[in-house]
Amino acid sequence: MKILICLSNVPDTTTKVKFVDNNTQLDKTGIQWIINPWDELALTRALELKEDADASVESITVITVGGKDSETTIRKALAIGADDALRVDADPGDAYVVASQIAEAIKDKGYDIILCGIESSDYNSSLVGGMLSELLNIPSISAVSGLHISNNEVTLDRDIDGGKEVVSAPTPFVAVVQKGIAAEPRIASMRGIMMAKKKPIDVIAPQSVEVLTEFAGYELPQSKAACKIIDPENVKELVDLLRNEAKVI
Amino acid sequence: MSVLVFTENWDGQFKKLSFELVSYASKIAEMLNTTTTAVSIGNVGDSELNKLGKYGADKIISVSDNKLVNLDNQAYTAVIAELAEKEGAKTIIFSNNNVGKALAPRLSAKLKAGLVSGAIKVPGTIDPFTLTKKVFSGKAFASVIIKSESKIITLAQNSFKLIEKNNTPSIEQYAPQVSDDLIKTSIKNVEKQTGKVILTDADIVVSGGRGMKSPDNWGPIEELAEILGAATACSRPVSDEGWRPHNEHTGQTGKIIAPNLYFAFGISGAIQHLAGISSSKFIVAVNTDKEAPIFEAADYGIIGDALKVLPELISAVKEVKSS
Ligand SMILES: Cc1cc2nc3c(=O)[nH]c(=O)nc-3n(C[C@H](O)[C@H](O)[C@H](O)COP(=O)(O)OP(=O)(O)OC[C@H]3O[C@@H](n4cnc5c(N)ncnc54)[C@H](O)[C@@H]3O)c2cc1C
Ligand SMILES: Nc1ncnc2c1ncn2[C@@H]1O[C@H](COP(=O)(O)O)[C@@H](O)[C@H]1O
Repeated sequence: MKILICLSNVPDTTTKVKFVDNNTQLDKTGIQWIINPWDELALTRALELKEDADASVESITVITVGGKDSETTIRKALAIGADDALRVDADPGDAYVVASQIAEAIKDKGYDIILCGIESSDYNSSLVGGMLSELLNIPSISAVSGLHISNNEVTLDRDIDGGKEVVSAPTPFVAVVQKGIAAEPRIASMRGIMMAKKKPIDVIAPQSVEVLTEFAGYELPQSKAACKIIDPENVKELVDLLRNEAKVI
Repeated sequence: MSVLVFTENWDGQFKKLSFELVSYASKIAEMLNTTTTAVSIGNVGDSELNKLGKYGADKIISVSDNKLVNLDNQAYTAVIAELAEKEGAKTIIFSNNNVGKALAPRLSAKLKAGLVSGAIKVPGTIDPFTLTKKVFSGKAFASVIIKSESKIITLAQNSFKLIEKNNTPSIEQYAPQVSDDLIKTSIKNVEKQTGKVILTDADIVVSGGRGMKSPDNWGPIEELAEILGAATACSRPVSDEGWRPHNEHTGQTGKIIAPNLYFAFGISGAIQHLAGISSSKFIVAVNTDKEAPIFEAADYGIIGDALKVLPELISAVKEVKSS
């Protein structure tokens, strides 16, 4: 089995976002970039499977659509344990651009399992995995919280409203993964960091892709009205406010 | 030309979410001067289908094919694409829930239709076709323009109010061309959570954090949820510790919810937690630390011990419920 993981390079989750150029661009100064948390979990699960002889995972490749600066994040994934990496040298634009670039770059490479995260923590679009599967014309399974391989059969746990389904899928397929896929993200060891320096990052020239959507501008939310503080000795007042002011109970 | 809206059913029944979605689609149809066509896949009776008319569906296309009992993203997408083409629909609406997230992006790639996911209101302008969505885990809003002729929107849950129109819709039974080799996935097993209010559906959510001190203290959280008809939730460390099941974890890496009311007992209000709950209409925080960041997000707060406040809150709620 050859596994491919799509890596999104995102601002650290605690970043205070600011915008420039008349609120049309993210202010990138001082931002720490990290591997999108779900992609990190996907990589962790892929490594667990590779260590399990039963799963017969041959290789783990990561791919990112992004400029040269995204290579820091790619190196992190190589240090954690991915075998090699692809970078499509294009501005990620929107999800359709990303999915089209990935589809084009990997279509003849024979990956059996393609993992995407449920969403990028920056643009929160939840789109790339689904789009990619359609462009490649292969099955997709989303909201995946478990991935198992045994005797060459792949099963996935898929979350549904109020429950879980176990789905069996033939390879190749795209799984859109979320919480549960692995317990804790792996971190790079000293040795991993040293080895990562020698691992290849194959840079791929971009295709031209039709632009379907455009981010026109950003706005920060208005600050909330101050919290009404209620005396702990007077819990009844809270119930009264929820019933008569907020009208929610 | 009509606006097409995919309405999911649960064992043959629609939920409030389906009605919100139809209301939303119908509002957009009004802006575009056209009609609203709802698509339903599954075994749904006519009286249930007619309910969609109440919220503005002019026409309902019902597909009940035994091959489509289980969600196979590829097959469902093919069917919806076929219907969009048959109806000449250029605007297609889904919910931004699990099923919408599974289907809408596939359809977008298939139709080359620009897609905005998690829209929180109707288009601000039709030309250009501009939508607003949350980005950076709720820390900002973006306005996004769809440039392609075909357009797809997924609507954020609990962000559009029901509008009653009381239409009498026409119902068409449609048999799509579903070839067997289109359905590649199969379901091996289903585990349903029974009896409890589903977190992503709930109007009220009662949630606890590490400040609850021990899994043994969850009785009052469950009791309060029970009397309010609410779902229970928790912060990430609580599920990581195994105090509560993983499907209760809310936040950036857990579930993202938008109930009308969210109770946070002993939750500090870390930015990653707020990312999952800040769309709640009202937030109540109970925390011993008056500096806890949760109070910046909350509408009502009590500075005090959750373990002492909970029993009093339970009896106060019981009192108003019984009066
Ligand atoms: C990449 C990343 C993703 C993350 N994703 C999530 C996520 O999705 N969801 C999430 O929740 N967290 C997430 N976290 C973790 C997050 O940063 C916080 O650590 C976590 O939310 C804290 O949980 P807590 O509020 O329950 O615990 P604590 O931070 O320990 O807070 C406990 C609170 O309880 C109060 N308290 C103590 N005793 C009492 C009492 N008797 N009565 C009332 N109050 C009391 C304390 O004053 C304190 O404010 C993420 C972190 C990272 C780095
Ligand atoms: N620029 C990118 N390069 C590679 N993969 C990406 C990129 N952006 C998003 N992805 C993948 O798509 C998933 C969902 O992202 P999104 O659809 O942008 O919310 C991420 O978790 C990644 O797996």
